[in-house]
Amino acid sequence: MAAFISRRLISMLITLALVSVVGFIVINLPPGSYLDVYRAQLMVLGTSTADQQIKALEQRYALDRPLYYQYFKWITGFVRGDFGRSFQYNREVSELVWARIGFTVVVSLCSLIFSWAVAIPIGIYSATHKYSGADNLFTFLSFIGLSIPSFLIALVLMVISSRVFGVSVGGLFSRAYEHAPWSWAKFVDFLQHLWIPVVVVGLADTAGLVRVMRGNLSDILSMQYVQTARAKGLPERVVIYKHAVRNALHPLIMNLGMSLPGIISGSTVVSIVLSLPTCGPLYFNALRSQDMFLAGTFLVFMAIMLVIGNFLADIALALVDPRIRYE
Amino acid sequence: MAVEQRELAANEVLLEVEGLHTQFFTEQGVVKAVDGVSFTIEKGKVLGIVGESGCGKSITALSIMRLLPEPRGRIVSGTITFHPPDGGSVNITKLDRHSAEMRSIRGQHIAMIFQEPMTSLNPVYTVGDQIIEAIQLHQNVDKEAARQRAIEVLHQVDIPDPERRINEYPHQMSGGQRQRVMIAMALSCYPSILIADEPTTALDVTIQAKILRNMRRLQQQYGMAIILITHDLGVIGQMADDVLVMYVGRKVEQASVRQLFLNPLHPYTQGLLRSIPLIGLRGKKLQPIAGSVPSPYNLPEGCCFAPRCPQAMPKCRQEVPIEAEVEPGHFVACWLYK
Amino acid sequence: MADIAVNLEPSPQVPIDQDRSSLTQWQLTWRRFLRNRLAVAGGIILIIFYVVMVIFPGFFSPYSHVVQREDFMSAPPQLPRWVDENGTFHWRPFVYGFTTELDMEKFEWVHTIDTSQKYPIYFIVRGELYRLLGFIPCEIHIFGVEPPGTFFLFGTDELGRDLFSRILHGGQVSLTVGLVGVILTIILGSVMGTISGYYGGIIDNLIQRLVELLMSFPDIPLWAALSAALPPEWSPAKRFFAISAILSLRNWTGLARQVRAKILAYREEDYALAAQAMGASDRRIILVHLLPNAASHIIVVATLSIPGMILAETALSFLGLGIQPPVVSWGVLLQHAQEVAVVLDRPWLLLPGVFVVLAVLSFNFLGDGLRDAADPYSN
Repeated sequence: MAAFISRRLISMLITLALVSVVGFIVINLPPGSYLDVYRAQLMVLGTSTADQQIKALEQRYALDRPLYYQYFKWITGFVRGDFGRSFQYNREVSELVWARIGFTVVVSLCSLIFSWAVAIPIGIYSATHKYSGADNLFTFLSFIGLSIPSFLIALVLMVISSRVFGVSVGGLFSRAYEHAPWSWAKFVDFLQHLWIPVVVVGLADTAGLVRVMRGNLSDILSMQYVQTARAKGLPERVVIYKHAVRNALHPLIMNLGMSLPGIISGSTVVSIVLSLPTCGPLYFNALRSQDMFLAGTFLVFMAIMLVIGNFLADIALALVDPRIRYE
Repeated sequence: MAVEQRELAANEVLLEVEGLHTQFFTEQGVVKAVDGVSFTIEKGKVLGIVGESGCGKSITALSIMRLLPEPRGRIVSGTITFHPPDGGSVNITKLDRHSAEMRSIRGQHIAMIFQEPMTSLNPVYTVGDQIIEAIQLHQNVDKEAARQRAIEVLHQVDIPDPERRINEYPHQMSGGQRQRVMIAMALSCYPSILIADEPTTALDVTIQAKILRNMRRLQQQYGMAIILITHDLGVIGQMADDVLVMYVGRKVEQASVRQLFLNPLHPYTQGLLRSIPLIGLRGKKLQPIAGSVPSPYNLPEGCCFAPRCPQAMPKCRQEVPIEAEVEPGHFVACWLYK
Repeated sequence: MADIAVNLEPSPQVPIDQDRSSLTQWQLTWRRFLRNRLAVAGGIILIIFYVVMVIFPGFFSPYSHVVQREDFMSAPPQLPRWVDENGTFHWRPFVYGFTTELDMEKFEWVHTIDTSQKYPIYFIVRGELYRLLGFIPCEIHIFGVEPPGTFFLFGTDELGRDLFSRILHGGQVSLTVGLVGVILTIILGSVMGTISGYYGGIIDNLIQRLVELLMSFPDIPLWAALSAALPPEWSPAKRFFAISAILSLRNWTGLARQVRAKILAYREEDYALAAQAMGASDRRIILVHLLPNAASHIIVVATLSIPGMILAETALSFLGLGIQPPVVSWGVLLQHAQEVAVVLDRPWLLLPGVFVVLAVLSFNFLGDGLRDAADPYSN
C-alpha cells in the first residue's frame, strides 16, 4: 500500500509540474495582456515614477530575461504563495483568490456528495428493476438532466423562485450577512443559500452517475460470483448490497476523475448566473479583461483541485479493491 | 455435526424431478430449455448429466436451485421434490425462490459449484470471508468456529497451508485453487446434494484429474449425492454411477455408466461415444455427429435428433418418441426401441 | 442476470434462423438501432434540425436575423391562430398585430396584442433578401405575412430582431461547431490512440502523459482560457474554426484512451498476429485489421461527444468567450437572458435554450441507441 501511494504521489507531482507549465503558457498566451498594456501606459507617461514602476515590474516578472527564467521566477513565487498582481483590481492575486478557492471547494464537494447520494440509490433501483416503469422514468430524466446546460437550470430556477416565491436566490449569503463575521446565524443563512448551487451543479453529474451506476450494477449482477452468493442461500438483499453494489462502486470511484472536472466547470459557469463568491465570476472576468496573472492562478488552482481529487480517488479505489492494492 | 451421522440407509431417494419444463421467454420467442425431464437421485450416488452445450443441462440445475432469471426464464410445469435428511419432503417448485425455506435448502442442503472458477468468487472479499459467510448463514456457530471449519474444509480440498491462504483474495489464487475453494465452500455446510456444473471444464487436464479424484473422495467421505453436469464423457466414466443423456431440452437416454458405455442405445448417445477418443480403440476413426444442434427457437417436429440421425424413420419426424425401459434401469426415448 | 441464458446462445457457427444469418454486421446493427424508438426519434429531429438550420436557415426563417426594427423592440411572440376573437374558424392561420405604447414609468415601448389587426399567414412568400447556401441570392421564405403586418413567432430581442430567425441562424453555428469539433476529435483521437496502443513504449508513455495532463484541467475553464487568447482581430469564420479546434483539443483525450484500449486488445487477436506473421506492414495491419474493428466504437464515442461540444460552445458564448456577435449562436442568443429581471420581463428570450436542450437530448438518444446497436452486450 505504501509503495502504491508513493508511486501515485510521484506521478501526481509530475502532473502538477506539467500543469504549472500549461498555466504559465496560458498566462503568457494573449497578445497585449494587461501587463503589456500597463507597461505601455507607464512608458507613455514617461515620468520618473513611471520609469521606476516599469523597472519594478520588469524585475518582479523578469520580463527582460528568457521565458524559461520567467517561468522559474513565477513558479518559485507561486509555491511560496506569491501569485503575481492583478492589474485590473490593482491588488495582489493572493488576496483575491484564497476566499474564493475555499467557497469553490465547498460548493464542488457538496455537489459531489449530493450527486453521489442521489445517483447511487437511483442507479441501484434502476439496475435491479430494469425496464420497469420507474426505471424507464429515471432513464428518461437522466437523459434530460444530461442535456440541459447547468446555467440554464440555474436561470430557470431563479426565475421560478422570484416569480413564485418572490425571493431572489443568488449568492451564498443574504445581504445582511455578506460582510458579517462567521456566526451560527450566518452559517444557517449560508446553508439556506448553498443548496441551490449544489443542486444545480450536481444535477448534470447526478444524471451521468445514474447511467454509470445502472450500467455497472447490471453488469455485476450478471457476474458468476453473484450467482455464487445466491447459491449459498443468501437473501437477495445481502446478495445485492454486500456482493454486487460493493463491486459496482469501483468504476464509480474511478469515474471521480471524470466527474470532478464537470463539477468544477459547472460550478464556474453556474456561479456567474447565481453570482456566487467562487472562482467562476472572477476567473471569466479576468479572462475577458486579460488580467492574466489572476486568470492563470485560478486555472492552476482548479487543476490542482482536480489532480488532488484524482489522487484521493486512486487511494480510495485501492482501499476498496484488493486487486489494485496488491498490484 | 460429524460426517458419520449422515451415513443413513442406502437407496434413500433425495431428490425427485418429475416432468420438469423450464422455458425462457425472449423477444424472439419461447425457448423450451428443459422439456419434460424426469429423474431421481439417491443418497451417495453420482448422477451424470451429459449433452452438448445448449441442451438444457445447466438450466436443469438452476431449476433445482431456483436460480433461474425469473420471470424471463421459469419453471412452467413439473415438480421437484426434495427429501431432507431429517425427514419430510419439500416441493421446491412451489416455493417462493426468495423465501427463507428455499434459501435454507440452497447452500445448506443442495450446494452448487459453477463452471468458471475465475469469476465464481467475489474479488473484493477474502476466500475465508466467503466461506465463513456461508457457514454462519446456515449453522449456528460463532465466527471462530466457522473459521476453524473453513480451514478444515480448505484442507480437505487439498489447499496447502489453509491457515494462511484463508486470508487471501481470489486473484491471488490459480484457477484450480479457486475451484477447490468453491468446492470447499459448497461442502462447508455438509450438503446432501452437490450440483457441479462443468466443474473442471475450464481447467488444465492434470488439475482436472486431481480435482475430480478429490471430489470423488469427498463425496464418499461426506456421503452426499452429486449431480455432475458435463459434456465430457471421460469425466462421466471416471465419476458417475448413472448417466442421463440430454439433447435440446429432452432426456434421450438414461442408464448406469456400465450399461451406457457398453450398450448405448440412442443414436445420439452412440454418436457421442463415437466422437470421443478412448484408450484401446486405436485404429478406429473418430466420427463427429453430422449436422448441428437445431435452433432453440425453431425446433423440428417429432424427435429433435431426427434431422441428424442416420437411422431416422418417417415416424421420427412426426411424433416425439416415448421413453421405454429396454433393460432394467436403462431407459431410452427412441422409436427404434418400440 | 443475463448470464444464465448463456447456454442458450448457440455456438457462432449455428445460425439462430436462416433469415438473420444472411445479414451483415452492419445490417444487424441497423436493425437493432431501428428497434430503439427514442434513438430513431433523436435521429429524425437531428436530420430536421440540420436541414432547416444548417443548410437552409434563410429559407425557413421569415426574416433576416440581423435586420433591426425600431418599432418592434422586445415584442412578445405572435402565435398563429385559427379561431378569431368572434369564435370564427379560419382555414388559413393568421396572427394579430400589435399596438405599441410608451410606458411612461419605465420609459419602455410596450407591445400589446391588438385583435383588430389580423394578418393571414402565407406560405412560400417573397421577403427580405438572403443568400441560399451562402451564395445564391434569394427572396423566397417558407412563410410570412404581408406588410405592414409582422409575424414574430418567438418574439423579438431588444433591438427588434426576429428571435425565430435568429434561433435558426444560431443553430447553424451551434450545430456545426459540434460537427467540426467532432471530426477533429475523431482524427486526433484515432491517430493518437492508435499510435499509443500499437507502438507502446516511450511514445505510448508520452501520449498517456499528455492525455493525463489535458485531463487535469476542468474543461470549460481551460477552453475559456484558450479562446480568450484568440486574437480579437480574427474573422468570424477563423474564430469559429479556432473554437472548434479548442473544443476538440481536450476532447480527443477520452477517445484516444478508448481507441488505445481497443487496439491493445485487437493487436493480440489471432487475425492481427496472423497478418503480422505473414509480413504485413504496420500500416496495413493498422488500417486493414485494427481500425475497421474499432470503427463502430469510434463512431459511438464520437456521437456521444457531440452534445458535450454543443453544451460547451453554448456555455462559452454565454460567458462572452466563445462565438462573438454579430455572428449568432444559441449561446450568444442566451447572453441576452443572463439577468433574471430580463427573463422575468421577456421570458421568450429563454427559447434558444429549449433548442439547445432538444439538440443535445437528440444526440444523447442517438448516441445511446448507436452504442446499444453496435455492441448489445456493453453498457
